[in-house]
Amino acid sequence: MNIVSNPGTIRPVTIEKISRRRVLKSLGIAGGLVLSAPLLSRQAIAAYATGAGLMPHGTIVDPRVFVAIATDGTVTILAHRSEMGTGVRTSLPMIVADEMEADWSRVQVRQAPGDEVKFGNQDTDGSRSTRHYLIPMRQIGASARAMLEAAAAQRWNVPVTEVKASNHEVVHAASGRRIGYGDLAVDAAAQPVPAIGGLSLKDPRDFRYMGKGKVGIVDLRGITTGTARYGQDVRLPGMKFAVIARPPVVGGKLVSFDAKQALQVSGVEQVIEVQGWPWPSKFQPLGGVAVIARNTGAAIQGREALKIVWDDGANADHDSVNYRSELENATRQPGKVVRDDGDIEAALKAADKVVVGEYYLPHFAHASMETPVATADVSHGKAEIWAPVQSPGGTREDVAKTLGIPAEDVTVNVTLLGGGFGRKSKCDFALEAALLSRAVGAPVKLTWTREDDIRHDFLHTVSAERIEAGLDKNGKVIAWRHRSAAPTILSTFVAGAGYEAPFELGMGLVDLPLQIANIRCETPEIKAHNRIGWFRSVSNIPRAFAVQSMIAELAHATGRDQKDMLLELIGEPRVVKLNDSVKDFWNYGEPLDSYPIDAGRLRGVVEWVADKGGWGRTVPKGHGLGIAAHRSFVSYVATIVEVAVGAKGELRVERVDTAIDCGTFVNPERIQSQLEGAAIMGLSLAKHGEITFKNGRVQQGNFDDYPVVRIDEAPRITNVHIMPAPADKPPSGVGEPGVPPFAPALINAIFNATGKRIRSLPIGQQLAI
Amino acid sequence: MITLNINGEAHGWDGDPGLPLLWFLRDEAGLTGTKFGCGQALCGACTVLIDGEAARSCITAVSDVAGRKVTTIEGLHPTGDHAVQKAWREVNVPQCGFCQSGQIMQAVALLTQNPKPSQDDIRTAMAGNICRCGCYQRIENAVHLASTGV
Repeated sequence: MNIVSNPGTIRPVTIEKISRRRVLKSLGIAGGLVLSAPLLSRQAIAAYATGAGLMPHGTIVDPRVFVAIATDGTVTILAHRSEMGTGVRTSLPMIVADEMEADWSRVQVRQAPGDEVKFGNQDTDGSRSTRHYLIPMRQIGASARAMLEAAAAQRWNVPVTEVKASNHEVVHAASGRRIGYGDLAVDAAAQPVPAIGGLSLKDPRDFRYMGKGKVGIVDLRGITTGTARYGQDVRLPGMKFAVIARPPVVGGKLVSFDAKQALQVSGVEQVIEVQGWPWPSKFQPLGGVAVIARNTGAAIQGREALKIVWDDGANADHDSVNYRSELENATRQPGKVVRDDGDIEAALKAADKVVVGEYYLPHFAHASMETPVATADVSHGKAEIWAPVQSPGGTREDVAKTLGIPAEDVTVNVTLLGGGFGRKSKCDFALEAALLSRAVGAPVKLTWTREDDIRHDFLHTVSAERIEAGLDKNGKVIAWRHRSAAPTILSTFVAGAGYEAPFELGMGLVDLPLQIANIRCETPEIKAHNRIGWFRSVSNIPRAFAVQSMIAELAHATGRDQKDMLLELIGEPRVVKLNDSVKDFWNYGEPLDSYPIDAGRLRGVVEWVADKGGWGRTVPKGHGLGIAAHRSFVSYVATIVEVAVGAKGELRVERVDTAIDCGTFVNPERIQSQLEGAAIMGLSLAKHGEITFKNGRVQQGNFDDYPVVRIDEAPRITNVHIMPAPADKPPSGVGEPGVPPFAPALINAIFNATGKRIRSLPIGQQLAI
Repeated sequence: MITLNINGEAHGWDGDPGLPLLWFLRDEAGLTGTKFGCGQALCGACTVLIDGEAARSCITAVSDVAGRKVTTIEGLHPTGDHAVQKAWREVNVPQCGFCQSGQIMQAVALLTQNPKPSQDDIRTAMAGNICRCGCYQRIENAVHLASTGV
């Protein structure tokens, strides 16, 4: 824990004024301080095992790194994860504050720069923040509390067991004495940091903020007054504004360009070539031609006036219509076996009836409201970046590598992210900005237009999913063969990668939690022809769609209720054990002991949402109810959708009920908002979302041809039901697990409303009459 | 030289008169509360008030607003406590928050024209403003709250 003697130095600094030195100073790391922060790090010891320690740089539990107390009592807590709308910038500091008995109204939150050695892993992705950091943040808060109590006891010369921290002061009950945190700041900082093993965490009954949902997000006022600073809002003295024309085909490159007309556009200052890397090369820039101007509008206009000749390269013939056929054909023949239970061939042969479902989900673009954007100041061999990145640590390393300078000479300042959804875990735009700043010799803000964003995204994969289910003569499912064909995210990292990685297979394919005697999962080799990347929920979206659609198809085939069929197939409450046929099973990076595949919990959310969501209720003519459930990011979610389909096939979502079991939780109000949003994102991808290629080029470019759901199409009401859990039940993901069940629940509802089974997304005009 | 009236202050511009107002606000005047989302009037992130009416600054030329009053989120209320802003906070509307300046300005324009909008009125009037995080239910609730008194 640090002390800042003058709270003025930790007043929030506007982004445009921040320099590296000021950042360090404002965090109490340099100069004029009672205590200088130590460099030694302490690895967290969790009360239950998580995969946090396996992440690069693990977790750091040290109040001196995360907490500073000013002599006026202001407590500053660092947020080291990126805020993209999940509420993490509020939730993690709130855990520290609660555990250290700080009064939230006297807490200010500061964003940490990218430095994983100091702060531990900062990669805000995979719905990991709360599950990896709940216990470490509690330990940090408890350490700070213990140091404050020790300082008070010393001052009063009483045993530390007689004092107790409570709401921003330490109290000695026997004498009635009390002293505020500000008055203790200097002495507390001089206390030794207690051993983690000896810390006593608060009794959950004494939580003030955790689990209550009473705390608004820390940026609420800034957001509503236009003063919250996103990556797009960074301003530096002497800054130039840039856009880049990139090769329209992945793997293509620049041949030549003519900048004459562009340079005549008012406000345009320079046109320069940008270095590109061959595909694939992780997140390295695509290259192209940059227009540098005095404002972004001029840069965009200048770019329109460029004349460029591209070499389209090997993917020039990439075509989504043909590619779809390739994927679908691949699922109609054997692929690599990635899970094998029982004897699938014999079971399918013995089946009384085989139901086959072929499902198709296209590429989606992330389309975060804030397009990729970054500001860089590269000079004197050092680089400072301001960017809305999900992984500031990774960004720092990649900037260093790209510029050929040591990581210690790169500072990555994390702004608010105007949406992320996995797009901003790729730092290509920050690398581009760094290259431009170095070339121009001035700070440069690089903005991606919406067309850049849609056309050069690391897209959500496209997939064909084929499930064959064999039923015996009693209608019991005895065989299940699922073939999944999709280009892998690995293709963005390794040339020619054609087989999905364990982290993709583990998202709803090989971890199928159904109780069926004969199960086989197969994946064929599929080559990518464009950039594939993580998109919120990742492979769970197509897998949940296929599995949950098929379950409803089986319900129909056997004259059963969708929910009853779902529960029957999930089977009895049990921990699902995968046999040796599943190699390198990836459980979202978590140990199976703490985070098993728990069929009982999946049943639990289904039964609960059925109860809360009124499953089986009578609905008007033209309406239908549909249900789906899915385990992802080690959480369990079930969703019921009530849809109304009009005479011309127009869709209206009347009501959504979503139940989540995410273990113990911190900020239920933000869980609610995440699941409300998941329904909207699920509806967007079900109804509209599709990115296609022709001649290697993305055919969409903006919200006219890549529509997303608007308020007039939004569900009339979305109800969120959060499963209560004791404090020692390991927390699990929230940001992503709400999305996968939505589309199948909607499609199953449409089937009940109309009798029409949709197997290919987006719905588009499929219901039009 | 074009003179603009933005939040009651005069700003001069002698550059390209066709420059979209959005980029003048953000890059020339430093008023970054107004956001770039699409550049084609498809998402509403850049919504400002021009003489009290909602307009998409990304397709409005600087020359078009000469002599008219432009209000951005920064100028909506001196302390940031317009009824719509307060309602937004009361309902905890934002997730990432990026689109919210535009949403708020659109809501202000709606309530000026229609002080007691129905649910359908709100959904119709706000349909030009995209929120990718999906805060629509709360936007609807916040507009309703602002119309009934915070």
